[in-house]
Amino acid sequence: MQKRPLRISMTINIAFAALFAVACGKNPAATISIDGSSTVYPITEAVAEEFQKSNKGIRVTVGISGTGGGFKKFCGAETDISDASRPIKKTEQDRCVEKGIEYIEIPVAYDGLAVLINPQNDWCDYMTVAELKKLWEPEAQGRIMKWSQVRPGWPDKDIHLYGAGADSGTYDYFTEAIVGKEHSSRGDFTASEDDNVLVQGIAGDKFALGFFGLAYYEENRDKLKLVAVDDGKPGNGRGPIRPSQETVRKGTYQPLSRPLFIYVRKESMEKKPEVRAFVEFYLKNVPQLAKQVGYIPLPQGAYQLAAKRVSDRVTGTVFSGSKVGVTVEELLKKK
Amino acid sequence: MRKKGIAQDLSFRAMDEKIEKAFKAIMALAVMVPFVILAVLLIDTAVDGLPRLGWDFLTGFPSRFAARAGILSPLAGSAILMILTAAIALPLGIGAAIYLEEYAGKNAVTAFIEINISNLAGVPSIIYGLLGLGLFVRFMNMGRSLLAGAATLSLMVLPMIIMAARESMRMVPGDLREAAYALGADKWTTIRKIVLPLSLPGILTGVILSLSRAIGETAPIITIGALTYVAFLPDSVMSPFTALPVQIFNWISRPQSDFHVNAAAGIIVLLVIMILMNSLAIALRYRLQRRID
Repeated sequence: MQKRPLRISMTINIAFAALFAVACGKNPAATISIDGSSTVYPITEAVAEEFQKSNKGIRVTVGISGTGGGFKKFCGAETDISDASRPIKKTEQDRCVEKGIEYIEIPVAYDGLAVLINPQNDWCDYMTVAELKKLWEPEAQGRIMKWSQVRPGWPDKDIHLYGAGADSGTYDYFTEAIVGKEHSSRGDFTASEDDNVLVQGIAGDKFALGFFGLAYYEENRDKLKLVAVDDGKPGNGRGPIRPSQETVRKGTYQPLSRPLFIYVRKESMEKKPEVRAFVEFYLKNVPQLAKQVGYIPLPQGAYQLAAKRVSDRVTGTVFSGSKVGVTVEELLKKK
Repeated sequence: MRKKGIAQDLSFRAMDEKIEKAFKAIMALAVMVPFVILAVLLIDTAVDGLPRLGWDFLTGFPSRFAARAGILSPLAGSAILMILTAAIALPLGIGAAIYLEEYAGKNAVTAFIEINISNLAGVPSIIYGLLGLGLFVRFMNMGRSLLAGAATLSLMVLPMIIMAARESMRMVPGDLREAAYALGADKWTTIRKIVLPLSLPGILTGVILSLSRAIGETAPIITIGALTYVAFLPDSVMSPFTALPVQIFNWISRPQSDFHVNAAAGIIVLLVIMILMNSLAIALRYRLQRRID
């Protein structure tokens, strides 16, 4: 009578042992490992999905650890490709050099950073970059607390700020473009890595202002209102400009249009034919796929220049320092 | 005197009854609050997610089209994680419990170990994730694999399993042990034939309950490197993987509301698995207990 439970537990143990034996036996298949930005993730996921349809034996894995977290793994030779929503930083370049990692930088699409307010906000229609800077720079903390302090004539009401978390490439790019210094802003705003939280926050608060990727606005048009941005430079479009597929692609929505990147390890490119095939597939299909998942394709010329860099194995970065307001093609042309 | 005393007594009793009624109402309210909140949450999720559930959803791989995306790879990942975690944690946990309960002497070292086990049960799960990243992924070179994930979750559930196992071994009546010794059985035989079989229902319940906590954990497995897009089934314990909570989290953070529906459907799947595991724990306990009685 008391023996049976023991027999059960022994059967369970034998089952586990068998599972171990079966599980350990096989060789790993050809694998392409990708990690990095959550902003670039939907594009890379789309490319991986299509790539695997035509290349059944090859396994593509995509992780999300943020642009910075992705580069940490990339420079530690853990991944073949890194998704990035901003160019590689100097500290990350140094780390890669130290570990002997060479990389090819490929811009894959544009993303517009939208500045958003509540639909009930009837006073704010556009903002200048100077006004946004006054509102977001570190010195504003504890001082610029009311709408009326941003522009005289606006209501004397508290302004509630929402923005991307400090670990994201989105935050880095916004601060670079608006404050003028990467990773530097006031700290007293509601920060979230999940943009849907920001959408909810702004949608329920008449006195809110926040920023996040254009794709999140497109999905929540009825709950949010876009703010046009005037960069004060008539050269790329006069006056305040609203972000849209059109204005981002043509480069008139400045300075908040940003390129998104993948970084490919040169060694993987040379030693793993599947990585080479994947990168070629990526460049060929990303114009349609990026559009499908809510991003804005680069001009065709930029993809050709990028493909040339890939076939010539040109390593290093031409974008570093979050260059704001220069077109992708101009940067890719210089060697 | 005496009469007055009784009258007083009776009036107190009337008061007591009123207080008791109020107390009962408050306690009933205390039950209702969490129950209603849970019900609202479940109904809200079910309304969003149920229409999306179907065979295609359970057998599909992740996709950029919400309507085509499925949860096969995270489901397989979570299932294998749980099996491996049980395989690692069960022998270790029961072994540790037997040693502490039956063999260890009552001294300072044992007391120190016991305090530490109780403390470990309260450590936040993200800490286990960081430990797993350093120990299993990097130092022991397991990589960001299923095995590393299972080893990390095992560490997390071990204290709970050890405590549950010790608790149920302590419930084995002393006279049964003494009867075994009286019949000439040695310690090992007594443990094997008397203590373990009798405490098995309690041990298994503890194991399954701690596993059903582990299956919902996101932080430790993200820390050790669970991926998001995996469109194949793992073929070895060293395979890269994804798991249900990671996939659900990814879907929730997408801009398109169709993906939020997928997330709700994923939550329902996870809940059903948890309910199944918990009912298994109850059923096992009931059956084994009856056999022993």
